[in-house]
Amino acid sequence: MTWSRLMRSQSASIIQYLIVVGLISYAAYGGAQSMGYNWQWYRVPQFFWTVKDGQFVWGPLPLGLLNTMILSIVSFVLALLMGFGLAFLRLSKLVIGNAFANVVMELVRNTPILVQVYVFYYVLGPIFDLDRFTASIMALAVFHAALISEIVRAGIVGVKKGQWEAADAIALTRLDVYRYVILPQAIRMVLPAMTSEGIHVLKNSAIVSVIAVAELTTAGRNIISDTFMSFEIWLTIAAVYFVVTVALSASMTVLEKKYAISQ
Amino acid sequence: MAGVAPIIELRHVDKFYGQFQALKDVNLTVRTGERMVICGPSGSGKSTLIRCINRLEEHNGGEIFVEGIELNEATSNIRAVRKDVGMVFQQFNLFPHLTVLENLMLGPMRVRKLSKTEAAERARTYLERVRIPEQAEKYPSQLSGGQQQRVAIARSLCMEPRIMLFDEPTSALDPEMINEVLDVMVELAQTGMTMVCVTHEMGFARKVADTMVFMEDGAIVETAPPETFFTNPSSDRCQSFLEQILQH
Repeated sequence: MTWSRLMRSQSASIIQYLIVVGLISYAAYGGAQSMGYNWQWYRVPQFFWTVKDGQFVWGPLPLGLLNTMILSIVSFVLALLMGFGLAFLRLSKLVIGNAFANVVMELVRNTPILVQVYVFYYVLGPIFDLDRFTASIMALAVFHAALISEIVRAGIVGVKKGQWEAADAIALTRLDVYRYVILPQAIRMVLPAMTSEGIHVLKNSAIVSVIAVAELTTAGRNIISDTFMSFEIWLTIAAVYFVVTVALSASMTVLEKKYAISQ
Repeated sequence: MAGVAPIIELRHVDKFYGQFQALKDVNLTVRTGERMVICGPSGSGKSTLIRCINRLEEHNGGEIFVEGIELNEATSNIRAVRKDVGMVFQQFNLFPHLTVLENLMLGPMRVRKLSKTEAAERARTYLERVRIPEQAEKYPSQLSGGQQQRVAIARSLCMEPRIMLFDEPTSALDPEMINEVLDVMVELAQTGMTMVCVTHEMGFARKVADTMVFMEDGAIVETAPPETFFTNPSSDRCQSFLEQILQH
């Protein structure tokens, strides 16, 4: 894909997104007006920061976002490690490893993530003494590991047969074949899919608000139960997620461009 | 070549793909320094045969010895053989994410345990030999087919192999690039390298081959020195094959 085409498609999708968001906001605003909703946007900034006695103080939303980021990054890194592990197990000739990986995949893919979060917190939590934050990380990591292993496997299988043969023909060990020839190509190939998986993790992290982990969505919920400003706060939260994910995907596009290989 | 020690020996080799038998009781001896050209119609098992010599294909019956090492399940045997056997593919198979120089340095550094400086020095020597030293920093996709194939030859030579296998090295090339690759191969032959080439380039075969092998339906039909092979082949099938490819 050429750079200009990429820009075109990306800016096009942002514009489409903004149009949809605009229409929904307009409808919501209209609906709110007709039901006599009392807009109080002026009260929103205090949830980002306040200045008390000349001291700058972060509000609950940035702190929630910080937790969301920590949660997402840790989960994603763990998911990557486990995902690569699962992918190698599935590609290996080990019967037990293969079966194990398949069982994990099927369990994760065929149950709702909400239920998985509950299982990690309410079932595995008491058994292994996991706090809510750890349980959330585990649930997110396992869920995304299953998806990532599919991506990794597709990338490895997608490397041309001739590359394996050329690497074998110069007598590289199996480990070196993966390390120097197959994985560098596979990873470049699946980088776009990995990016959207990373963003997927960030968005999925909202689900752990059901076990009251103090992340962005929970912060929003707490504010609303204090202020009843559901429209303003949910729209603000949506905007925060949007800005973060767009920034992420834009920076990943730069990375993809940098490591692209022409065939 | 009689009297010189055999370096490759195939004894009663069979190879199956499911029900299909790709190699039928193949017996072949290549001696040190011998240049062998294998030809035959497509599907006759030439590529399968040459790929069995460095175990890119596993044979199902018989025995293969390279430099006295038997090719079997033992990974250490396979690697020992591959260290000394270079292979050039029809589709070049250069590593697209590495520069030309890095393509050449990978094997020497990881397998021969050379330092980076030594490997780079060796890589430049062989790039010089295939006459493209100026392309060292480029990526494979920036080179022409002929240049890519010469890089692939240099990549094999960087391992300083004792045997070179060529699997239809010019079949994927545009006609005007075939000669630049064949020239490099002729020069290599003149250095005394043991070579086994699957090719239809009969001009090349006449120039360098010590032994011609003709295959059909997975079996070796004829083995002869080029003088006899081209003028007076003993089998009819070989004769009609030669007539067809030498017509033009």
